[in-house]
Amino acid sequence: MLRFLLTRLGTFVPTFIGVTIISFAFIRVLPGDPIIVMAGERGMTEERYLELREQFGFDRPLLVQYWEYLTGILQGDLGTSFVTNRPVWDQFFSLFPATLELSLCAIVIAVALGLPAGVIAAVYRGKFFDRALMTTALVGYSMPIFWWALLLIIVFSGNLGWTPVSGRIGLLYFFDTPTGFMLIDSAMSGQDGALRSAISHLILPSFVLATIPLAVIARQTRSAMLEVLSEDYIRTARAKGLSPGRVNGLHALRNALIPVVTVIGLSVGTLLAGAILTETIFSWPGIGKWMVDSIYRRDYPVVQGGLLMIAVIVMIVNLVVDMLYGLINPKIRKR
Amino acid sequence: MNYRSTLAVSAMALALAGGMAQAQQTLVYCSEGSPEGFDPALYTSGTTFDASSHTVYNQLAEFETGTTNVVPGLAESWEVGEDGKSFTFKLRPGVKFHSNDQFTPSRDMNADDVIYSFERQNGEGSWEYFNAMSMPDLIESIEKVDDMTVRFNLTRAEAPFIANMAMDFASIVSKEYADAMEEAGTPEMLNQRPIGTGPFVFEDYQTDAVIRYSKNQDYWQDGLPKVDNLVFAITPDASVRLQRLQAGECHVMPYPNPADIDSIRANTDLELLDQEGLNVGYLAYNTQQAPFDNPKVRKALNMAIDKSAIIDVIFQGQAEQAKNPIPPTMWSYNDAIEDDGYDPEAARAMLEEEGVTDLSMKVWAMPVQRPYNPNARRMAELIQEDFSEVGVDVEIVSYEWGEYLERSKATDRDGAVLLGWTGDNGDPDNFLAVLLGCDAVGGSNRAQWCNEEFDSIVQEAKTINDQSERAKMYEEAQRIFKDQAPWATIAHSVVFMPVRSEVEDYIVHPLGGHLFDTVSLNSDG
Repeated sequence: MLRFLLTRLGTFVPTFIGVTIISFAFIRVLPGDPIIVMAGERGMTEERYLELREQFGFDRPLLVQYWEYLTGILQGDLGTSFVTNRPVWDQFFSLFPATLELSLCAIVIAVALGLPAGVIAAVYRGKFFDRALMTTALVGYSMPIFWWALLLIIVFSGNLGWTPVSGRIGLLYFFDTPTGFMLIDSAMSGQDGALRSAISHLILPSFVLATIPLAVIARQTRSAMLEVLSEDYIRTARAKGLSPGRVNGLHALRNALIPVVTVIGLSVGTLLAGAILTETIFSWPGIGKWMVDSIYRRDYPVVQGGLLMIAVIVMIVNLVVDMLYGLINPKIRKR
Repeated sequence: MNYRSTLAVSAMALALAGGMAQAQQTLVYCSEGSPEGFDPALYTSGTTFDASSHTVYNQLAEFETGTTNVVPGLAESWEVGEDGKSFTFKLRPGVKFHSNDQFTPSRDMNADDVIYSFERQNGEGSWEYFNAMSMPDLIESIEKVDDMTVRFNLTRAEAPFIANMAMDFASIVSKEYADAMEEAGTPEMLNQRPIGTGPFVFEDYQTDAVIRYSKNQDYWQDGLPKVDNLVFAITPDASVRLQRLQAGECHVMPYPNPADIDSIRANTDLELLDQEGLNVGYLAYNTQQAPFDNPKVRKALNMAIDKSAIIDVIFQGQAEQAKNPIPPTMWSYNDAIEDDGYDPEAARAMLEEEGVTDLSMKVWAMPVQRPYNPNARRMAELIQEDFSEVGVDVEIVSYEWGEYLERSKATDRDGAVLLGWTGDNGDPDNFLAVLLGCDAVGGSNRAQWCNEEFDSIVQEAKTINDQSERAKMYEEAQRIFKDQAPWATIAHSVVFMPVRSEVEDYIVHPLGGHLFDTVSLNSDG
């Protein structure tokens, strides 16, 4: 297991360097000079332009800028936002809990609904349940998040008034947020109804964010289950007279889980990408919305720092998923 | 709980929590974005000004809400020196700065605060608006005459200076607070936890989510602000803002989608306020290049543009056709001027008369949305169609925004550029000199147009402090402009503000800011 872990970690380092290069280069290959964009229609004098270039460090060679960026990262310094003058690292960690809370809820919803849906579809292959579930999954997968979110807001918040339209908690509640996780902070605040308000605000955005992973998990579970169900050992288990629940749940599902865990791991990337849109629509103050604002404002340090942090998180999750494989299937860790 | 009742409940709960006999009024504004910070002198965006200079701060002079008239603010009065080169401000006594848990002011606002507020911008740092308004060149020195009197000595006579003093960058900050934070090693607090003299006291900002303010109990304007609490609920998506407004989660929202205007009008819970914006969208010919160096050719092309179609298609009817380079809400607007009417046949004949046949030209379309031009690409296509009617072949070009701004400045640029302007300070000089003055050729004068007669009038008007006299001069300048036609003036867009019906006395401000000091909530709502 240790060797397996070390090999995986070995690939982590070059990937990390690659990600730093991409995040550094990405915003610089975009056309347009951030200082000119900042000045807008008003423009600025040549003198002022040169002064700002120097202030932001754009006058130095790219390699020097990259080297400073890289050495900064290794010391935990992601730079300082041009706009707010606050360290990117601090801003990231003050906003990340909101995104994490939303993503965790979304993944719980996706797994809790997607896994059983996939199993049911596989067991009732070709029957009504299967067709209905898989058609729903296909629709969910193809739905533009933006449109889907607005539709849910109009129906559930606008017409029915069941859920709030957007935000993380009712404006009436006002308390310190030491953990940054609204569910925990609202419960600790001791204010009446705060937790309920936080939950009600979480329902629509997490469901919207869960939609695509849910569909993918359901479809993946179904196809993995179908493959496993046609194996000889399942036939043997059935022939031995085991109950269908035991056969499907214990013997088939465990072996079908490996590709499903991969999909769950990969959907972390999808979730973070989806969070950018979901957060913007639901006014959810997380890193997705922060990144979008920063791209519009050409806030280089924030965009490159944010990209890097998101990439590192996806890499870490993939590493964890690789290790989980090992736990589920010992054959993999021996390879 | 049904969330439509959230606001009513919140007001009740706040009152109960405070053990007060009367319910507190909390006004919720669904703002369109997060402020970049809370020090207005560091930024140029309206979103930031709404959250800082319009709530927390005051300026020496202020714009009367709903107009571009300059009225006394933290200065009770001012005098202009005989040569027009000095402005002496008499400060209002007894004005108190806010307090927070880190700072309690020991004195009232005085000359030191005023001098500090400007002198800090004259050094290093990104004081963009101060620089953009040429303040470093204009202000020679700032003198403290006595504790309550400050004199600005200028390098030249400049009448618009007083309007500049009402701008957001000219907000007065507390020197005492700045010194205290500097000493504590946290100068950034000035930008994160602002202390001002304005109608609302900054309480808290949860990044990208909510900004909270409370009423300034010691505010120097009697009876203001009218509400006890002000909350900015940051909601970037326009459709979601409208849903929140309809659901009663907020009372006021800016920038509705044009497509939603009709449904807002039809909703009895909402009221739609509007006002012509202080902006102009135009097509600037390059007047230094043939055949656009000929005013008759420019006029002919102007006559070929069907502006009413542009207003319908691009602005969905929510704009006014522009005939002058300044908007109708601005003083000195010359309403007597007649526009070059849409007449493709006459345009074609005029072009032929000037010997212009088989003309091919470029029309530049901006890649971004602006209030003065919500869809430049589509606008360029309409113009392309109009010009083809008179035998002019148009190629539409576009660049990334930074490139666009830069390349369109070049005096040897090919073709006509779509662009526009939103006024900074309500002064006609801010349009006429900035966009059409000889000094701005190769810069913000995209028509590269230098007309000596026009320029000398505009330059002279700047040195005169009598507004009615200036107005006459600007009216004349507009006449020359129309005669010479360096631009096709296209539109002044209308700004819409949907508010809930319980909101009283919200005034749409022509300078684009959102102000809440005069607003109250009708308890029947």
